[in-house]
Amino acid sequence: MLEEPFSIGSTPFHKRDPKVKLLSATAISLVLAVSSSMLVAGVGCIITAVLLLLSKPDPGLLFKRIFHVNIFTLFLWITLPLTYGGETIHFLFLNPSLDGIRLAMLISLKSNGILFCFIALIATSSTAALGHGMTQLGVPQKLSFLLLFSYRQLFVIQQEYQRLQRAALLRGFTPKNSLHTYRTYSHLFGMTLVKSWNRAERVQQAMVLRGFQGKLIPLNQQKSTRVDYYFLLTMLFLSLLLATLSFISISQYSP
Amino acid sequence: MTNNAPLLELREISYSYPGQNSPLLQNVNFKTDNEQIGVIGPNGSGKTTLFQIIMGLLQADDGKILLHGNTLETDKDFFRLRCTLGFLFQDSNDQLFSPTVLEDVAFGPLNHGATPREAREISILTLEKLGLKGFEERITHRLSGGEKKLVALATILSMTPKMLLLDEPSNNLDPTTRDRLITILREQELPHIIISHDLDFLASTCTRLFTMHNGQLLPCEEKELHSHEHVHPYGHKPHQHGT
Ligand SMILES: Nc1ncnc2c1ncn2[C@@H]1O[C@H](COP(=O)(O)OP(=O)(O)O)[C@@H](O)[C@H]1O
Ligand SMILES: [Mg+2]
Repeated sequence: MLEEPFSIGSTPFHKRDPKVKLLSATAISLVLAVSSSMLVAGVGCIITAVLLLLSKPDPGLLFKRIFHVNIFTLFLWITLPLTYGGETIHFLFLNPSLDGIRLAMLISLKSNGILFCFIALIATSSTAALGHGMTQLGVPQKLSFLLLFSYRQLFVIQQEYQRLQRAALLRGFTPKNSLHTYRTYSHLFGMTLVKSWNRAERVQQAMVLRGFQGKLIPLNQQKSTRVDYYFLLTMLFLSLLLATLSFISISQYSP
Repeated sequence: MTNNAPLLELREISYSYPGQNSPLLQNVNFKTDNEQIGVIGPNGSGKTTLFQIIMGLLQADDGKILLHGNTLETDKDFFRLRCTLGFLFQDSNDQLFSPTVLEDVAFGPLNHGATPREAREISILTLEKLGLKGFEERITHRLSGGEKKLVALATILSMTPKMLLLDEPSNNLDPTTRDRLITILREQELPHIIISHDLDFLASTCTRLFTMHNGQLLPCEEKELHSHEHVHPYGHKPHQHGT
């Protein structure tokens, strides 16, 4: 199911204004994303891991998320060392490239750091709250609509698909490696799209009927508190710190 | 504008979907003021389409819609109409789109200029009136079918409409929820038009019956609804039939 399990909780992270969290997450992940220094990635990963622990996520769910992202990095660990070239080392019967390993390490640290940061700061707000937060930050309404409605439409598509799939199962459909199976699945996907489209249209009608004129007005208007400002300052300071680290490491390595 | 103009009037409304060779609705004339009306008619006879035309979701090929005697033309006119008429969809899944029940019920009032605080108050009050106290923070897409129907009704009532259009409201409701809906509709004392195949439901919520036939909305003989009510000593009260 598509849920927002991390958004339920009562840690200080959950209580922060989504605006502040959006800004903080942008700052930290930006620094992590553009930096190519191992030091920044490593320290960044540690800092974000601490933030993540402070937001007290459900360990089982957290492990699952981290696992999903690291399937991708696992591929890098397999391919990069064997293909990157340059200086190599001996490891069992392989000759992995040192630079390849370094690169895989860097990417793993960076992607996990950004993941931790997003689970701690972004996933602790509901999508609706984030959408409103984005609007208040001056992000064009169209973009926050896109976020809010893609999110809602995902549920719709998922439900339509499940309904059709169930209908097929109830009529004795068992997936096999056969033309019939592929044809059935293509019909299933096609119908899911058509039905979701129709439903989206009716939802839009429902909104118009209730006076919607292109502007979503949030019911819970969260005002930033003093704590929110301190929180934002701390996060921006951490990002700045990370950014400075990258200068240190560059000056170390450059001749 | 005359003072005794009817709340809603349709004049010579015609409509056909693209690709249909004979018109679905043909010169529909209809007038209602302070009445509780039931509409019956076979599937595919154009009942839902007529509601969509009234609400301005579809544009009639021909004819006029009048609200309090004023012809509706511009978007602004229809915006006014939508404040006055509340339309309950056949499928509540299409009507609920906010994450939580409270947000959904407050959506209409907020769009109509209520402050978040006022919207919250009126929403809580509306939910309470429908016996949905405690549902405020429930997730809309996880409600049961009957709960969805009642919440969808709440999203409309929170906009304080002058009249309700209900599209097959008693479909797929369990007997308890169905009775609850009947009680609610009777207590509201709002004029309404109800599309339904459920004659008992109509008999306990409506005073006049129309039928959709050959693209026209025709009044049924007065007897039909009455004869039904006479068989039942409780015809004027919510009641349930052995199935
Ligand atoms: N969007 C559409 N496009 C084309 N035809 C439609 C559309 N919606 C409904 N129809 C057709 O118009 C007819 C009337 O539909 P509808 O008003 O929903 O009937 P009712 O509510 O009385 O069952 C049906 O034959 C239906 O197939
Ligand atoms: Mg219909």
